[in-house]
Amino acid sequence: MADLTSTFIGIKSPNPFWLASAPPTDKEYNVRRAFDAGWGGVVWKTLGEAGPPVVNVNGPRYGAIYGADRRLLGLNNIELITDRPLEVNLEEMKRVKRDYPDHALIASLMVPMNEDAWKEILRRVEDTGCDGVELNFGCPHGMSERGMGSAMGQVPEYVGQVAHWCKKHSDLPVIVKLTPNITDIRKPAQAAKEGGADAVSLINTINSITSVDLDLFSPEPTIDGLGAHGGYCGPAVKPIALNMVAEIARDPATAGLPISGIGGITTWRDAAEFMTLGAGNVQVCTAAMTYGFKIVEEMISGLSQWMDEKGMQDTAEIVGRAVPNVVNWQDLNLNYIAKAVIDQDACINCGRCYAACEDTSHQAISMSENRIFEVIDEECVACNLCVNVCPVEGCISMQQMAPGTTDPRTGKVVEKDYANWTTHPNNPGHCAAE
Amino acid sequence: MTDNAFTPGIRSGRLSADDYTENFSDLHPRLDDHEALVAADRCYFCHDAPCITACPTDIDIPLFIRQIATGTPEAAARTILTQNIMGGMCARVCPTETLCEEVCVREVAEGKPVLIGQLQRYATDILMEEGVHPFTRAPATGKSIAVVGAGPAGLSCAHRLAMHGHDVTMYDPRAKAGGLNEYGIATYKTVDDFAAREVDWLLQIGGITVETGKALGADLTLDALRERHDAVFLGIGLGGVNALGLEDEDKDGLRDAVDFIADLRQASDVANIPVGRDVVVIGGGMTAVDAAVQAKLLGALNVSLVYRRGRERMNASVLEQDLAASKGVRIITNASPRAVIGNGAVREIEFEYTSDDLSPTGQTFRLAADQVFKAIGQTLQGTDLPTLEGRKIAVNDAGRTSLTDVWAGGDCAAGGDDLTVTAVAEGRDAAEDIHASLTAAAG
Ligand SMILES: Cc1cc2nc3c(=O)[nH]c(=O)nc-3n(C[C@H](O)[C@H](O)[C@H](O)COP(=O)(O)OP(=O)(O)OC[C@H]3O[C@@H](n4cnc5c(N)ncnc54)[C@H](O)[C@@H]3O)c2cc1C
Ligand SMILES: Cc1cc2nc3c(=O)[nH]c(=O)nc-3n(C[C@H](O)[C@H](O)[C@H](O)COP(=O)(O)O)c2cc1C
Ligand code: SF4
Ligand code: SF4
Ligand code: SF4
Repeated sequence: MADLTSTFIGIKSPNPFWLASAPPTDKEYNVRRAFDAGWGGVVWKTLGEAGPPVVNVNGPRYGAIYGADRRLLGLNNIELITDRPLEVNLEEMKRVKRDYPDHALIASLMVPMNEDAWKEILRRVEDTGCDGVELNFGCPHGMSERGMGSAMGQVPEYVGQVAHWCKKHSDLPVIVKLTPNITDIRKPAQAAKEGGADAVSLINTINSITSVDLDLFSPEPTIDGLGAHGGYCGPAVKPIALNMVAEIARDPATAGLPISGIGGITTWRDAAEFMTLGAGNVQVCTAAMTYGFKIVEEMISGLSQWMDEKGMQDTAEIVGRAVPNVVNWQDLNLNYIAKAVIDQDACINCGRCYAACEDTSHQAISMSENRIFEVIDEECVACNLCVNVCPVEGCISMQQMAPGTTDPRTGKVVEKDYANWTTHPNNPGHCAAE
Repeated sequence: MTDNAFTPGIRSGRLSADDYTENFSDLHPRLDDHEALVAADRCYFCHDAPCITACPTDIDIPLFIRQIATGTPEAAARTILTQNIMGGMCARVCPTETLCEEVCVREVAEGKPVLIGQLQRYATDILMEEGVHPFTRAPATGKSIAVVGAGPAGLSCAHRLAMHGHDVTMYDPRAKAGGLNEYGIATYKTVDDFAAREVDWLLQIGGITVETGKALGADLTLDALRERHDAVFLGIGLGGVNALGLEDEDKDGLRDAVDFIADLRQASDVANIPVGRDVVVIGGGMTAVDAAVQAKLLGALNVSLVYRRGRERMNASVLEQDLAASKGVRIITNASPRAVIGNGAVREIEFEYTSDDLSPTGQTFRLAADQVFKAIGQTLQGTDLPTLEGRKIAVNDAGRTSLTDVWAGGDCAAGGDDLTVTAVAEGRDAAEDIHASLTAAAG
């Protein structure tokens, strides 16, 4: 069995699955149960300054998007940081850390943009024995209107400045949690690194309105006839998060900067994907909120089975394995030629591939009188749309044409050598040696 | 082929080779990958799921289904087998409609349960076909335990004991281990010699010796076993068969259903198994249904299953009754046998209509019969056993009997349904208790 123990910026945990800062980690009761259920670490629900805590809405705070069978795909929330007194949270954190010394416990922090405020909160959390701090520069609603959260995270200079203050006033490892509500995710990541942060974590939630009540003409969730944009998370945001993680992992300015991957992680496979793109560990929120703490059991068994199959012993071996294969479009091999192939034994003759290809793509699938669907190689550009719309997994596959054979679409022989856009004759700026 | 469905008497070869193959093929073939994903997708991953509570072995059903959904059927199989080492057989034979699937929230809400049994088979088949035995033995303890009876209860107990590092010797009079998995379960529920393959797979744990041809009572005494071993587990099932209590019960053509079924299960070719043209099965449980259905599948023209009380009192589940009806078995209820008619061999059986409390009505009828199967229940056999409760061995929750070093489980022990899965659960739990008491004694 593969060893799942994980060390992230020096912080050890029994596995790389942490709960992200959010309601699942808002109190001692939850966190103890989460550790008992098998979670490797938690980032405690974001703490604010001492004094009267923030006040949440008392109406609905979530909206959702569903797939078939009412499967929750995306969740939107308008919750603020913890609404419980700082002292209570600190005492609970201290007790939990004392009883679970081998699990990771990170304090998430959000205070205004001034050095004393950060110095003060750091002083107070250090006393809990926590393993590190995460700076919440991500919350996109409520807190941002007060000049914190994503309002700070959207200004790279502020990110760098706060990271610097935190390193200056504390010895704790510092993770900077990034907001995806920004044009170029690399900029705040670079600033965090320059400010001295030990790692970045991403993504926090994405600005969103999930739906509109068509009787009240109000965004949902609706509170007394009004709604505000919230933060989007869950399986729907995973592709956005994966790309942002990869961007940071392959940016020369931040390459090697440890990343804690967050965003839509629901299964072991999602976690493994984040890690191959450079995440040293992962954090989960919506999946736990949808299915309960127990889902970590599937993540643990699945990741260890996969690692065994791959002959990997340590989770560190996964980290960044796919990063070298993430390139810009212009680096893709234009001599790689594939065709869609339909497995007629698996096909259930629904015709979705036909509708997609005939109506919206390359008219490369034929339909016979008796509903047999076949690929027309002369037309197929291998776009993959049929694969994506086919309801039967593995029924349509993309098969590479061997070099030396002739592509019936172009009439050209498939070349065996790699050649990309930079050298292509159609590229006005091509740089082929002639 | 000269014999056919109309030939009177007890004959083999009533059908064509193709019909035999078709009739005795897998009742529910394994789901393919696509079907498994679609079926797994329907599970809601319920909290404290009712299906787990309904499973006698407490398999973590939502977890294993999620493991299938996320492309790790091998991990799913581990989840299943950790709780139930015969998860493969149970996936085939459990009456899921009265266990896990009956309480599945999607059965309750929509009348269509998640296909728990078939998903369980999908996962366990994949792991077993990969030849993987996912458990290993703890360091040897030097303790030796006798497991008497190599049915599901005994095998489950032996496996768990072996895992804990104990050495196990199993004793069974039959030529093959497996108990009713090998000699009783309907043919179409366990095709391709699955029972024997599962036993071989299970024994891969090591540390288990199987001694066949050894019966408690005949070749062994309980006292000698207690002397020789540190503990004894009794999983001897129900070896005896209840009699009808009629005169002329020994006429030719009258047989115990379990013997007929055992012959079928052991036949290298079912075409060689003779069956009557007019078959009558007396009983209302799983054995009666299996005998009736298989008689029909062998080509009997008329098969009647006659039960003495009302239909709702039958032990066979509604699904099994429906299976019998769909195969053409005629189910007659509220009728008790009164006389066996025939000169040497049975020709007819006379029944009297009886109410649910079995009070006679005085109205009788006769059914033509050249073959009659008795399936009115099995009984515990043996003297020299621990104290009984009713007609079975008295046990506590952990399977302890009245004798300090003797445990019992499965059909021979009191309490619990007579099901494969219950036998597996009881064998496992007794093993845990044996282990706890042996290690406590050592420590
Ligand atoms: C025809 C039939 C169909 C069935 N169908 C189903 C079904 O579809 N689903 C389901 O869940 N259950 C079914 N059952 C019930 C199920 O088979 C039993 O509940 C289960 O096999 C009990 O397991 P066991 O280990 O207690 O006993 P058994 O399986 O009976 O095994 C007992 C073992 O002990 C051995 N033995 C007996 N006497 C002695 C002795 N004196 N010394 C040593 N060894 C001895 C026997 O040879 C046998 O190997 C069916 C039963 C029958 C008869
Ligand atoms: C209700 C809710 C509250 C959240 N509160 C916080 C918070 O206080 N601090 C924080 O850093 N992130 C917070 N988040 C963001 C999550 O930690 C996480 O970054 C985001 O949900 C993406 O992960 P997911 O797709 O696994 O849910 C919150 C998310 C939700 C759904
Ligand atoms: S989840 Fe619990 S707290 Fe939230 S609305 Fe429902 S009952 Fe109330
Ligand atoms: S979409 Fe898939 S299943 Fe449907 S016709 Fe096309 S290949 Fe067959
Ligand atoms: S009750 Fe049904 S839906 Fe719920 S966990 Fe069990 S199988 Fe899944």
